[in-house]
Amino acid sequence: MSDLDQQMYREVILDHYKNPRGHGPLEPHDAHAEGQNPLCGDEVTIFVRFGDDGDTIDDISFEGRGCAISQAATSMLTEMVKGRKASEVAVLPRDELLEEIGIPLTPIRLKCALLGLGVLKVALHRSKGTPLPEEWRGMDDDLRLD
Amino acid sequence: MAVTPAAKLDAQKLRADFAVFDDLVNGKPVAYLDSASSTQKPRHVLDAMREFYEHSYANVHRGVYTLAENATAGFEGAREKVRAYVNAPSSREVIFTRSATEALNLVAYAWGLDNLGPGDVVVITELEHHANFVPWQFIAKKTGAEFAHIPIDDLGELQLDALDEIASRGNVKVVANNLVSNTLGTINPVERLAAWAHEQGAIMVVDAAQAAPHKKIDVQALGCDFLAFSSHKLCGPSGVGALWGRRELLESMQPFNFGGEMIRSVSLERTSWNELPYKFEAGTPAIAEAYGFGVALDYVSEVGLDAIEAHEHELVVQTMDALAEIDGIRMFGPPADRRTGIVSFELENVHPHDVAQILNWENVAVRAGHHCTQPLMTRLGVAATTRASFYLYSIPEDVDRLVAGLHKVKETFGV
Repeated sequence: MSDLDQQMYREVILDHYKNPRGHGPLEPHDAHAEGQNPLCGDEVTIFVRFGDDGDTIDDISFEGRGCAISQAATSMLTEMVKGRKASEVAVLPRDELLEEIGIPLTPIRLKCALLGLGVLKVALHRSKGTPLPEEWRGMDDDLRLD
Repeated sequence: MAVTPAAKLDAQKLRADFAVFDDLVNGKPVAYLDSASSTQKPRHVLDAMREFYEHSYANVHRGVYTLAENATAGFEGAREKVRAYVNAPSSREVIFTRSATEALNLVAYAWGLDNLGPGDVVVITELEHHANFVPWQFIAKKTGAEFAHIPIDDLGELQLDALDEIASRGNVKVVANNLVSNTLGTINPVERLAAWAHEQGAIMVVDAAQAAPHKKIDVQALGCDFLAFSSHKLCGPSGVGALWGRRELLESMQPFNFGGEMIRSVSLERTSWNELPYKFEAGTPAIAEAYGFGVALDYVSEVGLDAIEAHEHELVVQTMDALAEIDGIRMFGPPADRRTGIVSFELENVHPHDVAQILNWENVAVRAGHHCTQPLMTRLGVAATTRASFYLYSIPEDVDRLVAGLHKVKETFGV
């Protein structure tokens, strides 16, 4: 194991994984979405409540299960965006989150790290009509058997 | 065609990259004149694939271990090379398929089944390869759409004055055409057809299997909506091809194959699709082959498509001039400056299969048959033709040996 490898599970990641911030359902909420990462089978559901101005993210929580990277990244994301404007978060550059996470990620693990951000943007899209990230486009054309 | 000295290629030098030319029969290598069917493979591609299989191989997009990361990087790197090769806006719009044929079937099924119906018109041409003809014929029949064709003139060029009449038959929804005819080498006016298709509210589907190895492709300049081509016709391995499609169309389409990789989540009640391009890539792909495809694109690009086009043009001119001197030969297709490196012909009173058989005695490899273009054969009034086709490793001596071989055929048959 190299030093680089060890950094992937640096303390802050494991801390967020074991003690996720903003974890659990948020009732009532104004926006929510769920998403999956087919790589690890990670699942994340995000709930958002807006402030009186209808734009500020007053409260945010998530539920989910999956790898440490996906869950810790989503946990860190909830801390990052709380108190910020929905319109701003909807176009939050992924690098801003990746910097916060601050660990080396291979292309495959990037998908884990960015799952929560994608799901949050889907929630904002559904609630506020903000743009969808490109990897989530076309998601409504799925197969429903009910 | 502007042939600058800088655009020249040295076929003799390039032949050193192809081991097949080291194999001699009676002191001579094969005169391989069947590149339109499939090309020979340079060592670069074979060595790179072997290296990849030996040191970077694992399944893609799943494993988090280094080998899997490397395999995925190689596979996705090839996708980016395909994107650059056809000047597509995004590599998300590039789907790896089994072949150009499968790419065209993907469009016919995944787009056609949901977008065609009675009153609609599907337009193909009289010189389509069966791969861009039969899928549309089938889907048109299945959906109740009309199946119309653009006829060709005696030189094998599209008669665009037929378009108005075709438009009067209903709502034109799709126009499917090859950029280069695999049988005649005709370079088709795809830009004009794409503009016409869009005026009609139709999509333009381009079969570039025969064009991509021989001339520069720019999907944005062509103005098409889908473009298919394959690896094996441009020095790459068989078993892999590519489809480029406009993102908004790909996003609106249902998947073509179902299984692993193409899903985001699956339950007993509901399944959701993965993002582009994976939505259309069910199952383990041809991983090393896709990687080899990318290496082949590098090889061909390094030789230079302008140089390849100019080189083939010289060989076509040499061939057409020489065949014109032989009694009983009838050549098909447009003049040399309006075709790529393909010459199709018949020799009076000798079936093409017999021509090809006798040429093989001289180790001259040509294709004889209908070239998967039976409607075109019907239009030309022949059952089959003999086809000589060139690539970057073809040399003038190949043409000389073809001509000598044809004299041998005439001698044998007494014609």
